[in-house]
Amino acid sequence: MNTSIRRAERRWGEGVIKFWLYSCAAISIITTIAIISLLIVESLGFFDEVSPAEFFFGTRWVPLLEPSSFGILPLLWGTMQITVMGAIFAIPLGLASAIYLSEYASDRVRSWVKPILELLAGIPTVVYGYFALTFVTPMLRKVIPDIQVFNALSAGIVVGIMILPMIATLSDNALRAVPVSLRQAAYALGATSFEVTTRVVVPAGLSGVMASFLLAISRAIGETMAVTLAAGQTPNLSFSPLESIQTMTAYIVQVSLGDTPSGGIAYQTLFAVAMMLFVITLLINIVSQMILSRFREVYE
Amino acid sequence: MMSDSADKKAPREAVLDLQQVSVLYSGKPAVKKVSCQILRNCITAIIGPSGCGKSTLLRSLNRMNDFVDGVTIEGEILFAGQNLYGRDVDPVEVRRRIGMVFQKPNPFPKSIYSNIAWGPSINGYDGSMDELVERSLTQAALWEEVKDRLQESALNLSGGQQQRLCIARALAMEPQVLLMDEPCSALDPISTAHIEDLLFQLKSKYTIVIVTHNMQQAARISDFTAFMEMGDLIEFGVTDQIFTRPNIKRTEEYVTGRFG
Amino acid sequence: MAFGSKEEHLNLQKRHRKARLFKLLCAAVTWSSVLLLAVLLFQVCVAGISWIDWQFISSFPSRFPDRAGIKAALVGTMWLIILVALISIPIGVSSALYLEEFAGKGRIAKIIEVNIANLGGVPSIVYGILGLAIFVRFFALERSLISGALTMSLLILPTIIIASREAIIAVPQSMRAAAYSLGATKWQTTWHHVLPASFPGIMTGIILSLSRAIGETAPLIMIGAMTFVAFLPQGPMDSFTALPIQIYNWVSRPQQEFHELAAAGIVVLLLVLLLMNATAIYIRSKTERRLK
Repeated sequence: MNTSIRRAERRWGEGVIKFWLYSCAAISIITTIAIISLLIVESLGFFDEVSPAEFFFGTRWVPLLEPSSFGILPLLWGTMQITVMGAIFAIPLGLASAIYLSEYASDRVRSWVKPILELLAGIPTVVYGYFALTFVTPMLRKVIPDIQVFNALSAGIVVGIMILPMIATLSDNALRAVPVSLRQAAYALGATSFEVTTRVVVPAGLSGVMASFLLAISRAIGETMAVTLAAGQTPNLSFSPLESIQTMTAYIVQVSLGDTPSGGIAYQTLFAVAMMLFVITLLINIVSQMILSRFREVYE
Repeated sequence: MMSDSADKKAPREAVLDLQQVSVLYSGKPAVKKVSCQILRNCITAIIGPSGCGKSTLLRSLNRMNDFVDGVTIEGEILFAGQNLYGRDVDPVEVRRRIGMVFQKPNPFPKSIYSNIAWGPSINGYDGSMDELVERSLTQAALWEEVKDRLQESALNLSGGQQQRLCIARALAMEPQVLLMDEPCSALDPISTAHIEDLLFQLKSKYTIVIVTHNMQQAARISDFTAFMEMGDLIEFGVTDQIFTRPNIKRTEEYVTGRFG
Repeated sequence: MAFGSKEEHLNLQKRHRKARLFKLLCAAVTWSSVLLLAVLLFQVCVAGISWIDWQFISSFPSRFPDRAGIKAALVGTMWLIILVALISIPIGVSSALYLEEFAGKGRIAKIIEVNIANLGGVPSIVYGILGLAIFVRFFALERSLISGALTMSLLILPTIIIASREAIIAVPQSMRAAAYSLGATKWQTTWHHVLPASFPGIMTGIILSLSRAIGETAPLIMIGAMTFVAFLPQGPMDSFTALPIQIYNWVSRPQQEFHELAAAGIVVLLLVLLLMNATAIYIRSKTERRLK
């Protein structure tokens, strides 16, 4: 074999391949830039017409009729109601399931409960919307006769069911990452399983657990189909979950399904609301990532 | 087994010439200013206590250290008159000519045949692949055991067989130098003995550098020995001499088992 | 307090009781979730199964529930699966390969990595808006299958990349070392060894991501997938409908029969998803065994 030639001449093919791979990875950056610039540009157009004060602090959202009003608080409130209800349902139950799976369940039980949870998580959201409308609402009507056909409670419950498997699986992963030695040390000191779980394991895996809550909340905020089908189309600021409301996502769907002329103020509301949605979910996701990386417990 | 001292009289060329070679990981030196020569058709052993830098030094000989983040090399390693770390040098070409066998056998999850054939084929080998495979396996003393099952998965072989397969795979590239990083430490004594015999036979065709933590192994099979401690090359010389009349006290302490 | 005193004993009993109760509670919650899934599916099946017959699968939607079918929606969904797969798989796997094998630990790689994690959390409806503005309007692709496919591809790209990365990371370093030591270039090592070894994990990730793409409704609504389609799309530039859209359309109607039709559509959709997940599990087990 020739020992003297060692120049890297003939390998331009590698360069081409590396360029292709890099371009693909760059697409994700381009996507983010596209989303951000699109939302900003169109929202700026919106804020030319509507003052930010009216948008952020106004309490009436009537963009498509006269007299129009562009206060986003009702939509925000609607989204928040659904999210809070979903969280109240899903966080304790999801955490309890995660604890059961990681601390108490045998490997055999785990081996088929986990896939079932993944199945639950993979059910399309339109199915949850159907479920809310045809099962949950009628059931609620039997218990609470005053409840409207479209109401926040149905959607909230269903969104809770939807994010529960997410909390369960992610928290389970976080709890399993806590080393067995920590548990054994606590048991060796004479603690019961309840004490070990609540005072050692969960605190140790807290960053992962909290991150899972935040991610689930973010998912609930962005949820579209269940709320569109079950929660209604009436933006309002009422405190009763038994009434029809409108979330930011449901509004966006409403506009796009209707006949909205492109370029009009109604069209621009689409982007302003989407901008809010995007910013809120982005902030939550960033905080969740920060919690994961900054406070990740180092066990050794 | 003692090396044949008659061979030592004939002058041998240096295949690799290390000149003040230092290897630093993020600024911290793992190998400090090592200078020595690897002579053709000899087995050179590198011994020393854990963490002395012998594996690091070995990996710098075929630029496998390039894959570690924050690694810097100082000094020169001359191979056929060219510095391995010269500016125009392609590490891929270096590795074609300087092969390596690792501590834990790592055959590809493919057939025995494919394991041997892959290296040559991607490097443009256009001769008879069957012949090359047979030749390499024979040189690695594995041909008789596997000749009837070349298409079977390499992972079905025993540990010792897998390591011989890895040796055959490296030999198929017809390397100028064969680097071996503690090749027997994951194997049982019988497989170890097989491989030591093998190395002795390979010596006539190949130049071998072997890192080993087993002093007796070094004494048995190598012609030259380098003793390293904490990144320094303490002593380098003919194996006989290193083990019976070392020049440096530290070397004597190591080879007589007083530490390490 | 001496060991074994009465108070200690009672306290211990109380603590143990508490622990047992807690365990029971957690188990009950978990089983309830499983039960919930069963109830949900049972409900849907009961409502919809009677509507599923050949006529249902082979008809177009109609104002009359008796004559309505999901042929257009099913075909539309099939088209979407294929187009999305063709677009997102090469890009997603290539991105993952770049990040894991070629990029190194520099600033750009870190930025891309964080960016992908964030993109994964963006609500699907925002992707719909992006698709509307860029594919439908800017590139003038209209409300076509290709617009839908491109939008969905962007949506699932982060999940494909993350799943592929995990599969690639799991390939042992010793395999790469062996290949490099034989004088292979990075791409040769990646193509001949890393990719085949990570194939099961990548495949599973792809199928799960595609399952998600099929179930999403909001982005398709945004880019204008039609809700009443009485024809089959012939090519990527044709307008279309898809299973979730059709289901949504039926659920939104007040009549009971349409709700049952929706249930039937859901059953079909779930069957498609089940098929895909089963394929994923099958491929994973088949190829994982071979590598052992």
